[in-house]
Amino acid sequence: MTNNINIKEGLEVDSQSEDNRNNSLVIKNLKVSIDDKIILNDINLNIKKGEVHALMGPNGSGKSTLSCTLMGHPQYKVESGTAMFNGKDILQMPTNERACMGLFMGFQYPVSIPGVSMANFLRMAVNSINGKNNPEKKPMPIAKFHKLLKEKMAILKMDSSFTSRYLNDGFSGGEKKKAEILQMAMLEPHMAILDETDSGLDIDALRFVADGVNSLIGPNLGVLIITHYKRILNYIKPQFVHVLYKGRIVVSGGPELSQLLEDQGYEEIIKNNE
Amino acid sequence: MVTAKFDLDDKEEKYWFKKPESHVFKAKRGLNKEIVSEISWMKDEPEWMTKFRLKALDIFLKKPMPTWGGDTSGIDFNNIYYYIKPSDSGSRSWDDVPQDIKNTFDKLGIPEAEKKFLAGAGAQYESESVYHNLKEEWEKKGVIFCDMDTALREHSDIVKEYFSTIVPPADNKFAALNSAVWSGGSFVYVPEGVNVDIPLQAYFRINAENMGQFERTLIIIEPGAYAHYVEGCTAPIYATDSLHTAVVEVIVKKDARFRYTTIQNWSPNVYNLVTKRAVAYENAKMEWVDGNLGSKLTMKYPSVYMMGRGANAEILSLAFAGKGMHQDAGGKVVHGASDTSSTIISKSISQYGGQSSYRGLLKVYKGAKNVKSQVRCDALLLDEESRSDTYPYMEIDEDKVSIGHEASVSKIGDEQLFYLMSRGLTEAQASAMIVSGFIEPIVKELPMEYAVEMNRLIQLQMEGSVG
Repeated sequence: MTNNINIKEGLEVDSQSEDNRNNSLVIKNLKVSIDDKIILNDINLNIKKGEVHALMGPNGSGKSTLSCTLMGHPQYKVESGTAMFNGKDILQMPTNERACMGLFMGFQYPVSIPGVSMANFLRMAVNSINGKNNPEKKPMPIAKFHKLLKEKMAILKMDSSFTSRYLNDGFSGGEKKKAEILQMAMLEPHMAILDETDSGLDIDALRFVADGVNSLIGPNLGVLIITHYKRILNYIKPQFVHVLYKGRIVVSGGPELSQLLEDQGYEEIIKNNE
Repeated sequence: MVTAKFDLDDKEEKYWFKKPESHVFKAKRGLNKEIVSEISWMKDEPEWMTKFRLKALDIFLKKPMPTWGGDTSGIDFNNIYYYIKPSDSGSRSWDDVPQDIKNTFDKLGIPEAEKKFLAGAGAQYESESVYHNLKEEWEKKGVIFCDMDTALREHSDIVKEYFSTIVPPADNKFAALNSAVWSGGSFVYVPEGVNVDIPLQAYFRINAENMGQFERTLIIIEPGAYAHYVEGCTAPIYATDSLHTAVVEVIVKKDARFRYTTIQNWSPNVYNLVTKRAVAYENAKMEWVDGNLGSKLTMKYPSVYMMGRGANAEILSLAFAGKGMHQDAGGKVVHGASDTSSTIISKSISQYGGQSSYRGLLKVYKGAKNVKSQVRCDALLLDEESRSDTYPYMEIDEDKVSIGHEASVSKIGDEQLFYLMSRGLTEAQASAMIVSGFIEPIVKELPMEYAVEMNRLIQLQMEGSVG
């Protein structure tokens, strides 16, 4: 049944190799806990720029813990392991510094900030990241920023009224996810972790979000799509698929693995790989 | 300076005062009949005002201190200068101004000349010429905009007709104190049907005595007229004396509209106890936009008495309580006629152990039908030591009313911070952004330059770089 899947128990990587620089993300032996309870154990992943990976797993397998840990949510405690991004271990860095390095997380539940318009927020974010990476650089002039924003929104086929609304405040589920993709487009990250971006979306919104992500995928962007369902992978094609179960990656493979999961279910695949 | 032209002998005779010469031009601490008479005499006031002041003093001395609100026990009424001539108040040396106040001016980007004035160390302000041009335009329309002392001299009939009709001395102890010792403040009169489209800004004439400690403001908007009055600024107002007690009276007649915007940032030693009240007649609209920063204790509840059918009131109150500060602010709406409507929106932020309270009154008199009122108060606490309380009072004597009251207390959440920081903002930038979003509904109502300064000031507060 599983003989056509190339099973890799943790992708062995040399932390000194070329792969570790050039905006690749190399996670080694990562162990994470919340309130003294181990959630992730011995996670190994290597995502190079230009690659699209999917991490699939049932509820409670630790998918969101991985994305939040990589972005630096204070609730998650790293017990051991490293996550090298562009040659630096990011796990002890403040969240904003990770963002400034080019790491982006698309939230499963984007948080609303009443009273702050999308445009103002995006301008602050763009200037923070530009300023951190190049302290000599002056903040982007307002007119230039709005031109850039307009261009990005045109590519994503978004309505221009969107940016005068307060950040995620009163947004529908679909609008929130569209807003995440717009942020990703504006911040131009090198590595994007999309945490259950497909959850709660109807088919139109799903297609919109997937089209947006596809328009951003390119040789300079690495992507990790975290999802419960195969659905989004019909639109965004990963080269690598990993299955997370009880805090461990139990099986990795190519795109065919997601189809197998869809056909057989997690139980069957996990049983065959334990 | 207006007080420089006194003829001593003439006045002494006129008002039958006898006092040693040294008392005449030197300010004295404390409060008694003599001092109150002296203030009136030095200002060359008509007799009715002198009598009014003395009667108010009696009321002040008899009235007990309020037993609610903030802690006023630290006020020593006998250790305050109740009248300082403008020429004296402008004589402070820039070197005497505390360094932290100077630093804040620098961070806010206040121009040099303005800085000195704000700190009471300079009497000239460069935008005075701008003000004079505007004044000419207003005068053509019959608009009067001057300080209260000038108004009492030059427009005494109008002043006499309205003065103290909205806030009588017996209203409260501090209104009585102001009535006895008032000095400066603004006088605005807008004739029937006149639309004053440029805001009347006290800011333009801050050297004209209106930033005194006991200022008295009287505003009359005749039927169908419109005006917007703006006072204060976000730079801290440095006062060596620790009591600021103002009275503001506003009359908005039939079909008229008026907005009164205040942004004040008192230095942290000041007790800021202000009575602001407006009367709105038939189909009139009165709006208070009130921003309170700084001070040791602020007690201020702008109120609107809706006395004609269809009158409307809107009160926007914003308070920021930092270390050692208590902001007891809110608003009062009194519905005395049918089809009247009101909205109160209050936003408070507390940080570094600061305390903010919302105190509001909604009153509907019997016979006032179809009254609508919405009250919303939101508090944001930035740390564990800070505190927020809500005291909404309602007295409804009529059945057919529609009333909504919402209140919330929130903290800056970890999830909000994480979200914003994941987009590259530092923790301080993220917190400041959440706070500026919180106050946005009120800041967006401010004139542009105030809104910009306000956000800048909040950012400085958040960074802990201003006291």
